[in-house]
Amino acid sequence: MSFLEVRDLSVRLKGGGPLLRNVSLTVAAGEVRGLVGESGAGKSMIGKAILGILPRSVEISSGAIVLDGTDLLTLPPAMRRQRVGATCALIPQDPLTALNPSRRIGPQITDRLVDILGWKRAEAEARARALLHEVQIADPDRVLRQYPHELSGGMRQRILIASAFAAEPRLIVADEPTTALDVTVQKQILKLIAGLQARHGTALLFVTHDLGVVSKVCQSLSVLYSGKVVEDTDVARFFAGPAHPYSAALLAATPKYTDPTAGLNPVPEAVIAAVRAEVENG
Amino acid sequence: MADGRALICRRAGLRLWLSLGWLALLVVVAVLAPWVAPKNPLEQDLFSGRLPPFWVHGADPAFLLGTDSLGRDVLSRIIFGTRIALAVALISGTLTCVIGASLGLLAGFYRGWVDIVISRFIDIWMAFPPVLFSILLIAVIGPGLFSIILAIVVIDWTRFARVVRAEAMAQGAMDYVASARVAGRGRFSTMLREILPNVLPIIVVLLTLEMGIAVIVEAILSFVNLSISTDDPTWGGMISEGRTSIHQAWWVLVFPLITLFLTVLSFSQLGEGLKDRFDPVLR
Repeated sequence: MSFLEVRDLSVRLKGGGPLLRNVSLTVAAGEVRGLVGESGAGKSMIGKAILGILPRSVEISSGAIVLDGTDLLTLPPAMRRQRVGATCALIPQDPLTALNPSRRIGPQITDRLVDILGWKRAEAEARARALLHEVQIADPDRVLRQYPHELSGGMRQRILIASAFAAEPRLIVADEPTTALDVTVQKQILKLIAGLQARHGTALLFVTHDLGVVSKVCQSLSVLYSGKVVEDTDVARFFAGPAHPYSAALLAATPKYTDPTAGLNPVPEAVIAAVRAEVENG
Repeated sequence: MADGRALICRRAGLRLWLSLGWLALLVVVAVLAPWVAPKNPLEQDLFSGRLPPFWVHGADPAFLLGTDSLGRDVLSRIIFGTRIALAVALISGTLTCVIGASLGLLAGFYRGWVDIVISRFIDIWMAFPPVLFSILLIAVIGPGLFSIILAIVVIDWTRFARVVRAEAMAQGAMDYVASARVAGRGRFSTMLREILPNVLPIIVVLLTLEMGIAVIVEAILSFVNLSISTDDPTWGGMISEGRTSIHQAWWVLVFPLITLFLTVLSFSQLGEGLKDRFDPVLR
């Protein structure tokens, strides 16, 4: 049975058009699912809906988000937050704004364990130190006493990853965790996330627009266009030959570093028109 | 780079220490006024009226900064005036800050109907002309220290509410707030633990500015005779009295004015200095 099951989830702007249209997807325990699509397709919106941090201006209009057997949308807000807090975590997109600038790193990792999950402070601190070690931060004791602005973007993202794994969540939503980093750091961070995920057996919903990343990290993926899942498949099958024409065009549009003369292949207009018609009519 | 940073630090430090020094001196003088003041500030002596400050020919060295037209010692009156100025600055500044910042924080972080109610309230409140409003208020409840403090709080809390609301809103959109919420932290707790520390530098600056403004407002109200009873020496009252004899005895007006100016300047510079010192990003 899958740990997370999103069923026919629709999200819309309050008093406006739809942002997600009957999205369904599952993440099994320990599975890594990629969520790909172009900007504005609603990738991040799915993650936010699951974690209960949708912006004020949007609302869930229908559907179910079943987490470990319970539909979150039927729970009262406080219960829902508790349930999500105990089992899920977020690796945010922008490491520069995801740490509180006026607080030291240490408390930012441990507070959650102490205040919300009831750990002892010493335990939480030991845990933070061990995790920083695990994300290959050389001097955890010093870093725990530092402020975010004293650290580089890559360092901060490592800390956020460590923090996400701190409470041994069963599901982590990684919202484009490498987009704000430069390419050389991206690779290390990806390796780190994949390694931690494998060691801890955490399920991962990996939001990205980079198919290269998907091929390295994920087992299954959902392709999103304009708020609708157009293809739901496993990674091996997808890279062997996508079933949906839009997915195929998206895959063909990925730049190939091995062949610099190939140039760029944008998704053809005809394919876009077809998929748009399909999404809006279905 | 390193040198530039050090220079900024040093200059910020100097500013901080100078303003702190002046304010500390005022506090000491205010607390010890009966012992520090050379004369009784209320004692009149018509035979020694309008004596010039000590360096001017014809001065009496017993009256360092001269006397006013009733023969009262200017220095002693400034020293006793410090008590009222500081009391007004500290009490009304703090009250204004607590009320305004709390409402602003709630409006900016909770948004929704809380924000609508508070913001509209602020808009309506700000539509009253402030000086008229305070004069009206004092005319109704009568002059006195309490009325001045109340007038300042009633007029100025909107300044805090506005600025803090905007900043809380900006901070509320940051990812670290979302992370705290995902971790299961409640709204109120998130506001206090995550937002407040980031808004605090601004609150500190506003608070010190407000204290300076409070000193000025108190002086203005004294100037128009709506403050404390005219017997109690206040800086504003002295300026007002000195105005009538500016051509014969400029010192009655100028010395309280300089004191007032330095005090207000110190409050604002203290705020800036503290911000530079305690903002973790600038530090």
